[in-house]
Amino acid sequence: MKAVITVSGKDKVGILAQICTACAQANANVEEVTQNIIAGMFAMIMLVDISHSPLTFEQFTEKLAAQGKALDVDVRCTRQEMFDAMHRI
Amino acid sequence: MLNTNDILETIKMISDEHLDVRTVTMGISLLDCADPDGKKACEKIYRKITEKAKDLVKTAEEISATYGMPIVNKRISVTPIAMLLASAPDADPVWYAKTLDAAARAIGVNFVGGYSALVHKGFSAGDERLIRSIPEALASTEYVCSSVNIGSTKTGINMDAVKMMGPIIRQAAELTQERMCTGAAKLVVFCNAPEDNPFMAGAFHGVGEPDCVIHVGVSGPGAVRAALAKLPKDASLDEVAELIKRTAFKITRMGQLVGRLASERLGVPFGIVDLSLAPTPAPGDSVANILEEIGLESCGGCGTTATLAMLNDAVKKGGVMASNHVGGLSGAFIPVSEDDGMIKAVERGSLTIERLEAMTAVCSVGIDMVVIPGDTDAAVISALIADEAAIGMVNTKTTAVRVIPAIGRKEGDVLDFGGLLGYAPILPISPFSPAVFVNRGGRIPAPLQALKN
Repeated sequence: MKAVITVSGKDKVGILAQICTACAQANANVEEVTQNIIAGMFAMIMLVDISHSPLTFEQFTEKLAAQGKALDVDVRCTRQEMFDAMHRI
Repeated sequence: MLNTNDILETIKMISDEHLDVRTVTMGISLLDCADPDGKKACEKIYRKITEKAKDLVKTAEEISATYGMPIVNKRISVTPIAMLLASAPDADPVWYAKTLDAAARAIGVNFVGGYSALVHKGFSAGDERLIRSIPEALASTEYVCSSVNIGSTKTGINMDAVKMMGPIIRQAAELTQERMCTGAAKLVVFCNAPEDNPFMAGAFHGVGEPDCVIHVGVSGPGAVRAALAKLPKDASLDEVAELIKRTAFKITRMGQLVGRLASERLGVPFGIVDLSLAPTPAPGDSVANILEEIGLESCGGCGTTATLAMLNDAVKKGGVMASNHVGGLSGAFIPVSEDDGMIKAVERGSLTIERLEAMTAVCSVGIDMVVIPGDTDAAVISALIADEAAIGMVNTKTTAVRVIPAIGRKEGDVLDFGGLLGYAPILPISPFSPAVFVNRGGRIPAPLQALKN
Protein backbone atom coordinates (compact mmCIF):
# COMPACT_ATOMS: atom_id res chain seq x y z
CA MET A 1 0.00 0.00 0.00
CA LYS A 2 1.38 3.39 -0.98
CA ALA A 3 0.70 6.74 0.55
CA VAL A 4 1.35 10.25 -0.70
CA ILE A 5 2.51 12.68 1.98
CA THR A 6 2.29 16.40 1.28
CA VAL A 7 4.07 18.86 3.54
CA SER A 8 3.74 22.63 3.30
CA GLY A 9 4.63 25.53 5.56
CA LYS A 10 7.36 28.00 6.45
CA ASP A 11 10.84 26.67 5.68
CA LYS A 12 13.16 25.79 8.56
CA VAL A 13 15.99 23.40 9.40
CA GLY A 14 15.13 19.72 9.65
CA ILE A 15 11.66 19.36 8.11
CA LEU A 16 12.73 16.66 5.65
CA ALA A 17 14.83 14.94 8.32
CA GLN A 18 12.03 14.87 10.90
CA ILE A 19 9.36 13.65 8.48
CA CYS A 20 11.71 10.96 7.17
CA THR A 21 12.51 9.92 10.74
CA ALA A 22 8.81 9.58 11.46
CA CYS A 23 8.47 7.41 8.34
CA ALA A 24 11.44 5.26 9.38
CA GLN A 25 10.00 4.80 12.87
CA ALA A 26 6.79 3.56 11.26
CA ASN A 27 8.79 1.23 8.97
CA ALA A 28 7.54 3.13 5.92
CA ASN A 29 9.92 3.12 2.96
CA VAL A 30 10.40 6.46 1.22
CA GLU A 31 10.35 5.81 -2.54
CA GLU A 32 10.23 9.26 -4.02
CA VAL A 33 10.63 12.84 -2.84
CA THR A 34 10.12 16.13 -4.62
CA GLN A 35 10.76 19.31 -2.73
CA ASN A 36 10.65 23.02 -3.49
CA ILE A 37 11.14 26.24 -1.61
CA ILE A 38 9.19 29.10 -3.10
CA ALA A 39 9.61 32.52 -1.43
CA GLY A 40 10.48 30.93 1.92
CA MET A 41 7.59 28.44 1.75
CA PHE A 42 8.50 24.80 1.97
CA ALA A 43 6.53 22.35 -0.22
CA MET A 44 7.29 18.65 -0.35
CA ILE A 45 5.60 15.59 -1.76
CA MET A 46 6.72 12.09 -0.78
CA LEU A 47 5.64 8.69 -2.02
CA VAL A 48 6.07 6.06 0.69
CA ASP A 49 5.40 2.34 0.85
CA ILE A 50 3.61 1.47 4.09
CA SER A 51 2.90 -2.20 3.31
CA HIS A 52 5.36 -3.33 6.00
CA SER A 53 4.42 -0.77 8.62
CA PRO A 54 3.00 -2.14 11.87
CA LEU A 55 0.73 0.94 12.03
CA THR A 56 -2.70 1.17 10.43
CA PHE A 57 -3.18 3.90 7.86
CA GLU A 58 -5.06 6.04 10.40
CA GLN A 59 -2.30 5.66 13.00
CA PHE A 60 0.34 6.50 10.39
CA THR A 61 -1.60 9.63 9.37
CA GLU A 62 -1.92 10.71 13.00
CA LYS A 63 1.76 10.17 13.67
CA LEU A 64 2.75 12.34 10.71
CA ALA A 65 0.19 15.00 11.54
CA ALA A 66 1.59 15.17 15.09
CA GLN A 67 5.11 15.49 13.71
CA GLY A 68 3.88 18.27 11.38
CA LYS A 69 2.29 20.08 14.29
CA ALA A 70 5.58 19.96 16.23
CA LEU A 71 7.33 21.48 13.19
CA ASP A 72 4.49 23.96 12.60
CA VAL A 73 3.92 22.75 9.03
CA ASP A 74 0.81 21.25 7.39
CA VAL A 75 1.19 17.50 6.76
CA ARG A 76 -1.43 15.50 4.89
CA CYS A 77 -1.38 11.85 4.07
CA THR A 78 -3.54 10.24 1.40
CA ARG A 79 -3.69 6.87 -0.34
CA GLN A 80 -2.17 6.97 -3.83
CA GLU A 81 -5.31 5.49 -5.45
CA MET A 82 -7.10 8.77 -4.88
CA PHE A 83 -4.75 10.69 -7.16
CA ASP A 84 -4.69 7.88 -9.71
CA ALA A 85 -8.51 7.87 -9.83
CA MET A 86 -8.74 11.60 -10.31
CA HIS A 87 -5.97 12.19 -12.80
CA ARG A 88 -5.66 8.99 -14.87
CA ILE A 89 -8.12 7.52 -17.33
CA MET B 1 5.59 8.51 -10.93
CA LEU B 2 4.51 11.48 -8.89
CA ASN B 3 2.97 14.35 -10.78
CA THR B 4 3.42 17.26 -8.40
CA ASN B 5 0.83 19.48 -10.08
CA ASP B 6 -1.87 16.79 -9.99
CA ILE B 7 -1.27 16.10 -6.31
CA LEU B 8 -1.21 19.75 -5.33
CA GLU B 9 -4.36 20.38 -7.38
CA THR B 10 -6.23 17.65 -5.49
CA ILE B 11 -5.01 18.85 -2.09
CA LYS B 12 -6.02 22.42 -2.96
CA MET B 13 -9.46 21.34 -4.18
CA ILE B 14 -10.10 19.64 -0.83
CA SER B 15 -8.51 22.14 1.54
CA ASP B 16 -9.40 25.47 -0.13
CA GLU B 17 -12.26 24.81 -2.52
CA HIS B 18 -14.64 22.70 -0.41
CA LEU B 19 -14.40 19.61 -2.61
CA ASP B 20 -16.13 16.74 -0.87
CA VAL B 21 -18.33 13.72 -1.32
CA ARG B 22 -21.67 15.18 -0.31
CA THR B 23 -23.37 11.96 0.62
CA VAL B 24 -23.05 8.22 0.80
CA THR B 25 -26.64 7.00 0.88
CA MET B 26 -27.67 3.43 1.57
CA GLY B 27 -30.93 2.46 -0.08
CA ILE B 28 -32.83 -0.21 1.86
CA SER B 29 -35.97 -1.97 0.66
CA LEU B 30 -38.64 -2.28 3.34
CA LEU B 31 -41.06 -4.28 1.21
CA ASP B 32 -40.45 -7.35 3.37
CA CYS B 33 -41.38 -5.35 6.49
CA ALA B 34 -45.04 -4.81 5.54
CA ASP B 35 -47.45 -6.17 8.14
CA PRO B 36 -51.18 -5.68 8.83
CA ASP B 37 -50.19 -4.91 12.42
CA GLY B 38 -48.54 -1.47 12.31
CA LYS B 39 -46.55 -2.01 15.50
CA LYS B 40 -45.09 -5.24 14.15
CA ALA B 41 -44.24 -3.53 10.86
CA CYS B 42 -42.38 -0.81 12.78
CA GLU B 43 -40.40 -3.41 14.72
CA LYS B 44 -39.36 -5.09 11.46
CA ILE B 45 -38.41 -1.73 9.93
CA TYR B 46 -36.24 -0.78 12.89
CA ARG B 47 -34.55 -4.16 12.89
CA LYS B 48 -33.86 -4.16 9.16
CA ILE B 49 -32.44 -0.62 9.00
CA THR B 50 -30.23 -0.98 12.09
CA GLU B 51 -28.95 -4.34 10.83
CA LYS B 52 -28.25 -3.35 7.21
CA ALA B 53 -26.75 0.06 7.99
CA LYS B 54 -24.99 -0.67 11.27
CA ASP B 55 -21.53 -0.14 9.73
CA LEU B 56 -22.44 2.62 7.28
CA VAL B 57 -21.22 5.60 9.29
CA LYS B 58 -18.07 3.86 10.55
CA THR B 59 -17.13 2.67 7.06
CA ALA B 60 -17.69 6.09 5.50
CA GLU B 61 -15.57 7.70 8.19
CA GLU B 62 -12.77 5.18 7.67
CA ILE B 63 -12.74 5.84 3.93
CA SER B 64 -12.78 9.55 4.59
CA ALA B 65 -9.77 9.31 6.93
CA THR B 66 -7.76 7.00 4.70
CA TYR B 67 -8.20 8.96 1.50
CA GLY B 68 -8.22 12.43 3.02
CA MET B 69 -11.56 13.04 1.36
CA PRO B 70 -14.37 14.57 3.42
CA ILE B 71 -17.65 12.61 3.25
CA VAL B 72 -20.13 15.12 4.60
CA ASN B 73 -23.32 13.09 4.99
CA LYS B 74 -24.25 9.49 5.58
CA ARG B 75 -27.89 8.80 4.86
CA ILE B 76 -30.53 6.15 4.46
CA SER B 77 -33.28 5.99 1.86
CA VAL B 78 -36.12 3.51 2.21
CA THR B 79 -39.10 2.17 0.26
CA PRO B 80 -41.92 4.76 0.15
CA ILE B 81 -43.69 4.23 3.48
CA ALA B 82 -47.12 4.62 1.83
CA MET B 83 -46.59 1.18 0.28
CA LEU B 84 -46.21 -0.38 3.73
CA LEU B 85 -49.17 1.55 5.07
CA ALA B 86 -51.36 0.04 2.37
CA SER B 87 -51.34 -3.31 4.16
CA ALA B 88 -51.93 -1.81 7.64
CA PRO B 89 -55.25 0.07 7.42
CA ASP B 90 -55.47 0.69 11.18
CA ALA B 91 -51.90 1.86 11.74
CA ASP B 92 -51.03 5.48 12.49
CA PRO B 93 -48.56 6.62 9.79
CA VAL B 94 -46.65 8.72 12.33
CA TRP B 95 -45.53 5.50 14.10
CA TYR B 96 -43.57 4.69 10.96
CA ALA B 97 -41.97 8.16 10.91
CA LYS B 98 -40.94 7.83 14.55
CA THR B 99 -39.49 4.38 13.85
CA LEU B 100 -37.40 5.75 10.98
CA ASP B 101 -36.25 8.58 13.25
CA ALA B 102 -35.24 6.18 16.03
CA ALA B 103 -33.37 3.95 13.57
CA ALA B 104 -31.54 6.97 12.09
CA ARG B 105 -30.55 8.09 15.58
CA ALA B 106 -29.33 4.59 16.50
CA ILE B 107 -27.00 4.26 13.51
CA GLY B 108 -25.90 7.89 13.51
CA VAL B 109 -26.93 9.00 10.01
CA ASN B 110 -27.80 12.61 9.16
CA PHE B 111 -31.12 11.99 7.45
CA VAL B 112 -33.48 9.20 6.46
CA GLY B 113 -35.59 9.69 3.35
CA GLY B 114 -38.61 7.75 2.20
CA TYR B 115 -41.58 9.01 4.17
CA SER B 116 -43.02 9.20 0.72
CA ALA B 117 -45.94 8.46 -1.57
CA LEU B 118 -45.94 8.02 -5.34
CA VAL B 119 -49.28 9.32 -6.57
CA HIS B 120 -48.54 10.54 -10.09
CA LYS B 121 -51.59 8.80 -11.51
CA GLY B 122 -53.78 8.38 -8.45
CA PHE B 123 -53.97 7.34 -4.83
CA SER B 124 -53.70 3.71 -3.77
CA ALA B 125 -54.44 2.47 -0.26
CA GLY B 126 -52.14 4.19 2.21
CA ASP B 127 -51.17 7.14 -0.02
CA GLU B 128 -53.74 9.66 1.19
CA ARG B 129 -53.22 8.71 4.85
CA LEU B 130 -49.50 9.14 4.51
CA ILE B 131 -49.79 12.52 2.80
CA ARG B 132 -52.19 13.86 5.43
CA SER B 133 -49.81 12.74 8.19
CA ILE B 134 -46.72 14.45 6.72
CA PRO B 135 -46.94 17.71 8.75
CA GLU B 136 -47.24 15.85 12.06
CA ALA B 137 -44.59 13.29 11.08
CA LEU B 138 -42.07 16.01 10.22
CA ALA B 139 -42.90 18.03 13.34
CA SER B 140 -42.43 15.06 15.65
CA THR B 141 -39.18 13.74 14.17
CA GLU B 142 -35.72 15.13 13.61
CA TYR B 143 -34.12 13.10 10.82
CA VAL B 144 -37.04 12.07 8.64
CA CYS B 145 -37.46 13.56 5.15
CA SER B 146 -40.59 13.30 3.07
CA SER B 147 -41.41 13.46 -0.62
CA VAL B 148 -44.45 13.06 -2.82
CA ASN B 149 -44.36 12.41 -6.55
CA ILE B 150 -47.40 14.06 -8.11
CA GLY B 151 -46.68 13.81 -11.83
CA SER B 152 -44.61 12.25 -14.58
CA THR B 153 -44.12 12.53 -18.32
CA LYS B 154 -45.76 9.13 -18.78
CA THR B 155 -48.81 9.79 -16.61
CA GLY B 156 -49.44 13.52 -16.62
CA ILE B 157 -50.08 15.46 -13.42
CA ASN B 158 -52.36 14.31 -10.62
CA MET B 159 -54.04 17.63 -9.83
CA ASP B 160 -55.96 16.15 -6.89
CA ALA B 161 -52.61 15.48 -5.25
CA VAL B 162 -51.33 18.93 -6.26
CA LYS B 163 -54.37 20.46 -4.61
CA MET B 164 -53.64 18.50 -1.42
CA MET B 165 -49.98 19.45 -1.26
CA GLY B 166 -50.43 23.25 -0.96
CA PRO B 167 -52.19 23.01 2.44
CA ILE B 168 -49.86 20.18 3.54
CA ILE B 169 -46.77 22.35 2.95
CA ARG B 170 -48.40 25.21 4.89
CA GLN B 171 -49.27 22.89 7.79
CA ALA B 172 -45.74 21.44 7.85
CA ALA B 173 -44.43 24.99 8.26
CA GLU B 174 -47.12 25.95 10.80
CA LEU B 175 -46.45 22.99 13.08
CA THR B 176 -42.73 23.86 13.15
CA GLN B 177 -43.18 27.63 13.31
CA GLU B 178 -41.04 27.83 16.46
CA ARG B 179 -38.24 25.92 14.72
CA MET B 180 -37.86 28.19 11.67
CA CYS B 181 -40.72 26.35 9.88
CA THR B 182 -38.19 23.60 9.25
CA GLY B 183 -40.86 20.95 8.60
CA ALA B 184 -41.44 22.42 5.13
CA ALA B 185 -37.68 22.30 4.45
CA LYS B 186 -37.80 18.51 4.74
CA LEU B 187 -40.70 18.04 2.33
CA VAL B 188 -40.31 18.03 -1.43
CA VAL B 189 -42.95 17.60 -4.15
CA PHE B 190 -41.69 15.95 -7.34
CA CYS B 191 -42.55 15.40 -10.95
CA ASN B 192 -40.59 12.50 -12.49
CA ALA B 193 -38.93 11.60 -9.17
CA PRO B 194 -35.86 9.36 -9.66
CA GLU B 195 -35.86 6.08 -7.73
CA ASP B 196 -32.16 6.14 -6.90
CA ASN B 197 -31.63 9.70 -5.72
CA PRO B 198 -29.09 9.91 -2.87
CA PHE B 199 -29.87 13.55 -2.02
CA MET B 200 -32.34 14.81 0.57
CA ALA B 201 -35.09 15.70 1.08
CA GLY B 202 -36.19 13.71 -1.97
CA ALA B 203 -34.37 10.40 -1.52
CA PHE B 204 -36.43 7.23 -1.47
CA HIS B 205 -35.66 3.64 -2.43
CA GLY B 206 -37.63 2.75 -5.55
CA VAL B 207 -39.34 -0.60 -6.04
CA GLY B 208 -37.09 -1.48 -8.98
CA GLU B 209 -33.98 -1.21 -6.82
CA PRO B 210 -32.17 -4.18 -5.19
CA ASP B 211 -32.75 -5.04 -1.53
CA CYS B 212 -29.85 -2.91 -0.38
CA VAL B 213 -27.61 -0.59 -2.42
CA ILE B 214 -25.06 2.21 -2.03
CA HIS B 215 -25.44 5.48 -3.94
CA VAL B 216 -23.01 8.36 -3.88
CA GLY B 217 -23.65 12.05 -4.45
CA VAL B 218 -20.67 14.23 -5.29
CA SER B 219 -20.31 17.94 -4.89
CA GLY B 220 -17.78 20.59 -5.80
CA PRO B 221 -19.12 23.95 -7.06
CA GLY B 222 -16.16 25.60 -5.30
CA ALA B 223 -13.66 23.56 -7.32
CA VAL B 224 -15.43 24.41 -10.62
CA ARG B 225 -15.53 28.10 -9.76
CA ALA B 226 -11.85 28.14 -8.78
CA ALA B 227 -10.89 26.45 -12.06
CA LEU B 228 -12.91 28.99 -14.06
CA ALA B 229 -11.36 31.90 -12.16
CA LYS B 230 -8.02 31.02 -13.76
CA LEU B 231 -9.41 31.41 -17.31
CA PRO B 232 -8.92 34.81 -18.95
CA LYS B 233 -12.09 36.90 -19.19
CA ASP B 234 -12.04 36.73 -23.00
CA ALA B 235 -11.74 32.93 -23.20
CA SER B 236 -14.51 31.58 -25.43
CA LEU B 237 -17.45 29.62 -24.05
CA ASP B 238 -16.06 26.52 -25.79
CA GLU B 239 -13.07 26.78 -23.47
CA VAL B 240 -15.29 27.44 -20.47
CA ALA B 241 -17.39 24.34 -21.19
CA GLU B 242 -14.27 22.25 -21.72
CA LEU B 243 -12.80 23.31 -18.39
CA ILE B 244 -16.05 22.56 -16.54
CA LYS B 245 -16.08 19.10 -18.14
CA ARG B 246 -12.51 18.39 -17.04
CA THR B 247 -13.19 19.50 -13.49
CA ALA B 248 -16.46 17.55 -13.31
CA PHE B 249 -14.58 14.46 -14.50
CA LYS B 250 -12.10 14.72 -11.62
CA ILE B 251 -14.79 15.38 -9.03
CA THR B 252 -16.85 12.43 -10.23
CA ARG B 253 -13.88 10.04 -10.27
CA MET B 254 -13.51 10.69 -6.61
CA GLY B 255 -17.18 9.88 -6.02
CA GLN B 256 -16.81 6.71 -8.06
CA LEU B 257 -13.79 5.66 -5.97
CA VAL B 258 -15.58 6.34 -2.68
CA GLY B 259 -18.71 4.50 -3.84
CA ARG B 260 -16.70 1.48 -4.98
CA LEU B 261 -14.80 1.31 -1.69
CA ALA B 262 -17.96 1.71 0.41
CA SER B 263 -19.70 -0.96 -1.61
CA GLU B 264 -16.78 -3.40 -1.22
CA ARG B 265 -16.33 -2.81 2.50
CA LEU B 266 -20.04 -3.02 3.31
CA GLY B 267 -20.67 -5.95 0.97
CA VAL B 268 -23.54 -4.10 -0.66
CA PRO B 269 -23.93 -3.52 -4.43
CA PHE B 270 -22.88 -0.12 -5.78
CA GLY B 271 -25.83 1.66 -7.33
CA ILE B 272 -25.09 4.99 -8.95
CA VAL B 273 -23.06 8.15 -8.77
CA ASP B 274 -25.24 11.23 -8.81
CA LEU B 275 -23.35 13.83 -10.84
CA SER B 276 -24.54 16.90 -9.06
CA LEU B 277 -23.07 20.24 -8.24
CA ALA B 278 -24.52 20.59 -4.75
CA PRO B 279 -23.71 23.94 -3.14
CA THR B 280 -23.33 24.75 0.56
CA PRO B 281 -23.78 28.02 2.43
CA ALA B 282 -19.97 28.25 2.79
CA PRO B 283 -18.65 31.28 0.87
CA GLY B 284 -17.31 30.22 -2.54
CA ASP B 285 -19.04 26.82 -2.62
CA SER B 286 -21.82 28.18 -4.77
CA VAL B 287 -23.47 27.41 -8.12
CA ALA B 288 -24.50 31.09 -8.39
CA ASN B 289 -20.82 32.08 -8.07
CA ILE B 290 -19.96 29.80 -11.02
CA LEU B 291 -22.48 31.64 -13.22
CA GLU B 292 -21.00 34.92 -12.02
CA GLU B 293 -17.50 33.66 -12.75
CA ILE B 294 -18.60 32.87 -16.31
CA GLY B 295 -19.53 36.52 -16.65
CA LEU B 296 -22.75 37.65 -14.94
CA GLU B 297 -22.78 40.63 -12.60
CA SER B 298 -25.27 38.83 -10.38
CA CYS B 299 -27.05 35.48 -10.57
CA GLY B 300 -30.67 36.04 -11.61
CA GLY B 301 -29.95 38.69 -14.25
CA CYS B 302 -30.34 38.07 -18.00
CA GLY B 303 -27.94 35.35 -19.12
CA THR B 304 -28.58 33.23 -16.01
CA THR B 305 -30.62 30.56 -17.80
CA ALA B 306 -28.11 30.26 -20.67
CA THR B 307 -25.04 29.98 -18.44
CA LEU B 308 -26.80 27.50 -16.17
CA ALA B 309 -27.84 25.35 -19.15
CA MET B 310 -24.23 25.19 -20.31
CA LEU B 311 -22.93 24.44 -16.82
CA ASN B 312 -25.48 21.67 -16.30
CA ASP B 313 -24.67 20.03 -19.61
CA ALA B 314 -20.90 20.25 -19.16
CA VAL B 315 -21.10 18.73 -15.65
CA LYS B 316 -22.96 15.72 -17.05
CA LYS B 317 -20.63 15.29 -20.02
CA GLY B 318 -17.56 15.37 -17.78
CA GLY B 319 -19.08 13.18 -15.12
CA VAL B 320 -20.61 10.50 -17.28
CA MET B 321 -17.24 9.26 -18.50
CA ALA B 322 -15.89 9.13 -14.96
CA SER B 323 -18.39 6.66 -13.55
CA ASN B 324 -19.86 3.28 -14.46
CA HIS B 325 -23.45 4.04 -13.55
CA VAL B 326 -24.93 7.49 -13.42
CA GLY B 327 -28.30 8.20 -11.90
CA GLY B 328 -30.23 10.16 -9.34
CA LEU B 329 -30.79 13.80 -10.10
CA SER B 330 -27.46 14.47 -11.83
CA GLY B 331 -27.18 18.15 -12.58
CA ALA B 332 -26.51 21.52 -10.97
CA PHE B 333 -28.67 22.21 -7.92
CA ILE B 334 -30.13 25.63 -7.23
CA PRO B 335 -31.32 25.48 -3.59
CA VAL B 336 -31.54 29.15 -2.63
CA SER B 337 -30.90 28.94 1.12
CA GLU B 338 -28.08 26.42 0.68
CA ASP B 339 -26.09 28.54 -1.77
CA ASP B 340 -24.17 31.57 -0.55
CA GLY B 341 -24.25 33.23 -4.00
CA MET B 342 -28.02 32.69 -4.39
CA ILE B 343 -28.70 34.15 -0.93
CA LYS B 344 -26.69 37.25 -1.85
CA ALA B 345 -28.50 37.47 -5.21
CA VAL B 346 -31.86 37.43 -3.41
CA GLU B 347 -30.64 40.06 -0.96
CA ARG B 348 -29.54 42.39 -3.71
CA GLY B 349 -32.84 41.84 -5.53
CA SER B 350 -31.50 40.21 -8.68
CA LEU B 351 -33.02 36.76 -8.20
CA THR B 352 -36.78 36.29 -8.36
CA ILE B 353 -39.02 33.26 -8.18
CA GLU B 354 -39.90 33.70 -11.88
CA ARG B 355 -36.20 33.53 -12.84
CA LEU B 356 -35.77 30.48 -10.62
CA GLU B 357 -38.64 28.84 -12.48
CA ALA B 358 -36.93 29.48 -15.80
CA MET B 359 -33.69 28.06 -14.40
CA THR B 360 -35.45 24.84 -13.42
CA ALA B 361 -36.19 24.15 -17.08
CA VAL B 362 -32.48 23.70 -17.79
CA CYS B 363 -30.98 22.26 -14.62
CA SER B 364 -31.51 19.61 -12.00
CA VAL B 365 -34.61 19.75 -9.78
CA GLY B 366 -36.53 22.97 -9.24
CA ILE B 367 -37.81 25.66 -6.91
CA ASP B 368 -35.69 24.47 -4.02
CA MET B 369 -35.30 25.85 -0.49
CA VAL B 370 -37.15 29.05 -1.32
CA VAL B 371 -38.67 30.96 1.59
CA ILE B 372 -42.02 32.50 0.61
CA PRO B 373 -44.22 34.92 2.58
CA GLY B 374 -46.02 33.34 5.55
CA ASP B 375 -49.43 34.51 4.36
CA THR B 376 -49.10 32.83 0.94
CA ASP B 377 -52.40 31.13 0.08
CA ALA B 378 -52.26 27.32 -0.10
CA ALA B 379 -53.76 27.48 -3.61
CA VAL B 380 -50.82 29.62 -4.75
CA ILE B 381 -48.40 26.96 -3.48
CA SER B 382 -50.40 24.25 -5.27
CA ALA B 383 -50.35 26.25 -8.50
CA LEU B 384 -46.58 26.77 -8.17
CA ILE B 385 -46.23 22.98 -7.84
CA ALA B 386 -48.38 22.54 -10.96
CA ASP B 387 -46.19 25.00 -12.91
CA GLU B 388 -43.00 23.19 -11.92
CA ALA B 389 -44.53 19.78 -12.61
CA ALA B 390 -45.58 20.99 -16.07
CA ILE B 391 -41.98 21.97 -16.86
CA GLY B 392 -40.78 18.55 -15.74
CA MET B 393 -43.53 16.65 -17.53
CA VAL B 394 -43.07 18.37 -20.89
CA ASN B 395 -39.25 18.33 -20.78
CA THR B 396 -39.02 14.71 -19.57
CA LYS B 397 -36.95 15.76 -16.58
CA THR B 398 -37.20 15.83 -12.81
CA THR B 399 -38.61 18.99 -11.29
CA ALA B 400 -39.53 19.68 -7.70
CA VAL B 401 -40.85 22.24 -5.29
CA ARG B 402 -39.50 22.71 -1.78
CA VAL B 403 -40.78 26.04 -0.50
CA ILE B 404 -40.95 27.16 3.11
CA PRO B 405 -43.81 29.52 4.02
CA ALA B 406 -42.34 31.82 6.69
CA ILE B 407 -45.28 31.55 9.07
CA GLY B 408 -45.55 34.50 11.44
CA ARG B 409 -42.63 36.37 9.86
CA LYS B 410 -42.83 39.63 7.99
CA GLU B 411 -41.10 40.92 4.87
CA GLY B 412 -37.39 41.42 5.41
CA ASP B 413 -37.15 38.59 7.96
CA VAL B 414 -34.75 35.70 7.45
CA LEU B 415 -35.32 32.00 8.15
CA ASP B 416 -32.12 30.41 9.43
CA PHE B 417 -32.25 26.59 9.34
CA GLY B 418 -28.63 26.11 10.35
CA GLY B 419 -26.08 23.66 8.94
CA LEU B 420 -26.21 22.64 5.29
CA LEU B 421 -29.81 23.86 4.92
CA GLY B 422 -28.52 27.43 5.32
CA TYR B 423 -30.64 30.56 5.59
CA ALA B 424 -32.69 32.73 3.25
CA PRO B 425 -34.67 35.95 3.18
CA ILE B 426 -38.32 35.88 2.12
CA LEU B 427 -38.82 35.93 -1.66
CA PRO B 428 -42.03 37.57 -2.90
CA ILE B 429 -44.46 35.41 -4.89
CA SER B 430 -47.39 36.48 -7.09
CA PRO B 431 -50.47 36.69 -4.83
CA PHE B 432 -53.04 36.53 -7.67
CA SER B 433 -55.39 33.66 -7.00
CA PRO B 434 -55.27 30.43 -9.04
CA ALA B 435 -57.94 28.91 -6.74
CA VAL B 436 -60.47 28.04 -9.45
CA PHE B 437 -57.83 26.20 -11.50
CA VAL B 438 -56.47 24.34 -8.47
CA ASN B 439 -59.92 23.36 -7.18
CA ARG B 440 -60.91 21.73 -10.48
CA GLY B 441 -58.85 18.67 -9.52
CA GLY B 442 -58.59 15.70 -11.89
CA ARG B 443 -55.55 14.99 -14.00
CA ILE B 444 -53.59 16.98 -16.56
CA PRO B 445 -53.27 14.41 -19.38
CA ALA B 446 -49.81 13.10 -20.27
CA PRO B 447 -48.20 15.05 -23.13
CA LEU B 448 -47.44 13.64 -26.57
CA GLN B 449 -43.82 13.22 -25.42
CA ALA B 450 -45.09 10.25 -23.36
CA LEU B 451 -45.98 8.28 -26.49
CA LYS B 452 -42.54 7.04 -27.45
CA ASN B 453 -43.26 3.39 -28.19
